[in-house]
Parts: sequence; structure tokens; C-alpha cells
Amino acid sequence: MTTPRDNLLDRRRAVVELLRERSDLVVVCGLGSATWDVAAAGDHDRNFYSWGAMGGAAMMGLGLALARPEETVTVITGDGEMLMGLGALATIGVRAPGNLSIVVLDNRRFGETGMQESHTRLGTDLCGVARACGIPHVLEASSMEEVAAIRDALHRPEGCLFARIAISAAEHERVLPERDGAKIKDRVRAALGLS
Amino acid sequence: MTVTQTWQDNVYDALKAAGVGIVSYVPDAGHARVINRAIGDAEMEAVVLTTEEEGVALAYGAWLGGGKAVLLMQSSGVGNCINMLGLVQSCRFPFLALVTMRGEWEEFNPWQEPMGRAVPAVLEAMAVDVRRAETPEAAATLTAQGAVDAFGQDRGVAVLFSQELIGAKKW
Repeated sequence: MTTPRDNLLDRRRAVVELLRERSDLVVVCGLGSATWDVAAAGDHDRNFYSWGAMGGAAMMGLGLALARPEETVTVITGDGEMLMGLGALATIGVRAPGNLSIVVLDNRRFGETGMQESHTRLGTDLCGVARACGIPHVLEASSMEEVAAIRDALHRPEGCLFARIAISAAEHERVLPERDGAKIKDRVRAALGLS
Repeated sequence: MTVTQTWQDNVYDALKAAGVGIVSYVPDAGHARVINRAIGDAEMEAVVLTTEEEGVALAYGAWLGGGKAVLLMQSSGVGNCINMLGLVQSCRFPFLALVTMRGEWEEFNPWQEPMGRAVPAVLEAMAVDVRRAETPEAAATLTAQGAVDAFGQDRGVAVLFSQELIGAKKW
């Protein structure tokens, strides 16, 4: 791990805290670092890891939340992946299922491709977008205490949640989960009682 | 008022019979009847999208949870789905789309023609089966068969409703 140049949160610590005592949480990971972070926090048969389909994580979460209202669904993704599917926040805001949370790990960079500055560095306020789209519950975290509050909100939803965690741009070693998409999909379905 | 069962009602009934529980859409006049049936159906989730690729990801998420979704779009929307369709192959996700065609019959707007012409090639390039309905009877039958094949065999199926079937847009 490189030395952070600021006092922002470490992404791996933040995700470990988000998934502490996760119970039956179903997690949809966004492409790239968010998938490595969730894998690093511990493999789980309720994790859907993404190796492609950038921009689709939030909508996958919505589909799962609508199909299974009794399950608690959390999307964990990065700022670049969320920005590619920003319209999804408008679509999610219309229906805003209470069993869906979207957590964005925001390092304000495209981390997988050379740390180029993203729109969140250059002006876009993701929480402002989420509020403007009608998502009823919006949280931000820049301390581990605030991450813990988001973690608790995942399990006691006060309506559909959008949360942004301000993370450092420090890079970690990649932790690579299963790469076979059919296996990843079938494992989640089996964990949810489907064949 | 007499309510007449249209071929679009038969399409909707075929979706219901196949167990489809989520209808996502970017509106098109040719899909208006099916969209309104979905909105008016308490047992159906009707999800309006900002762009068609959202509906592809939504369908994958639904299937993760055991749900069946269909994406309704116009031919121009197929181009917005391309990269997201990759998971039909890489994850063997089922995918079902109903596509109303523009740019192929009595089309007033020439800007509709390029994407309309490219629809079959684009879908086939992403391993989505293309079936074309040119009659009212075929529309419902191909929808029913497409749902069986998509959800029963973990395949991608798109049913194209020809512009002649839908009728040209009135200007």
C-alpha cells in the first residue's frame, strides 16, 4: 500500500466496516476496485462480483431489490462506475425500494486506469445528485464513525439509501475473486434458494 | 365502452403467462399499450428508464433474485445496450427484449434508418437471438416462445416488431 497523501479513509478498512456482521446482506459490486475491496473483506456466496458492465451495478441492485423485496441489497461501487450510469439514480429515485442501498467509494479518480481525475474531483456532487433524484435517505462519511453509521443503516433502512464514502486515492494490491461469470451468478442464486 | 383485445394485449398476456414480473422501458408509441397494461397491473413492476442499458442491468439483477424482466425499447435503443449485453455470454444471464422497429417502412425520419438497419447485426454480434414478427399473431407467439427460450435456457432473445406491423409514426 502506498502512503496516503491526505487524511481520507482507507478504502479497505471502510469496506470491512461496511460488511461487518453482514448477516444476509446481498452485495452487488461495481467493476474495478470496489470488487477487489469486497473480495478482500472476505468471499461470500451472496457477493456478485463484476468484471465488466461498467455503469450497471446500481441497476442490477434495483432489479434484485424489486425481485426480492424480503432481501436486503447493497451495491458497493466507485465514483467512476456510478458516474457512467448516473441516470440510474433518476430511475432508482422513482421507485426507491426500501431494501436497496447504494454505497459509492469516492476517491475522485479513475483508479484502475491511471488515477485520472473524475467528475467528482471536478465538480459533481454525487449526494446532491442522489437527493435531486428523490432518493430519500442520503449519508456521507469522512470518518470511520460515519462509515459505521452507514453500516448500521444498511441493516435498518429508513428508505432507499445512497451513501458516499470519501476515500483516499491510495492503491492496494488487487484481491481477485472468481472470474467465471456464470459461477458467480449461479452461486448468488443458490444462496438465495434458486436453482 | 367496449374494450377490444389488441395484439399488444396478447403480447402482454404472453409476458404474464411466462411469469414476467418486471417490465422496464424507454417509451415508444408502438409499446404504449403494453406499457400502460404494466403500469395498471398491481402485480407488475413497471420501471421507466433514462436509457435502455439500464434495463439490461435491471434484468440481470432481477434474475439474480429469481425474477423475470423484459425490456421494451425502440430500435434506436438497441445501440445503447451493446456493452451491457456482454453478460449474456460471460455470465449466461437470460435476457428478453421486445423491440419496435423504426427506419424500415414508410419512415418519415431518415435519422432513424442507420440504427434500425443495424439492429439485427448488433444483437447477433452480442449473441442475442433475433426473431422478427411481421403479423399480430406472430408478435404474441414469438414473445411467448422468446420468454421460454430466454428464461429456460439462459439465453438472450430479442423479438423485433416490424414497422409495418406497428404502423408508421404519424407526423
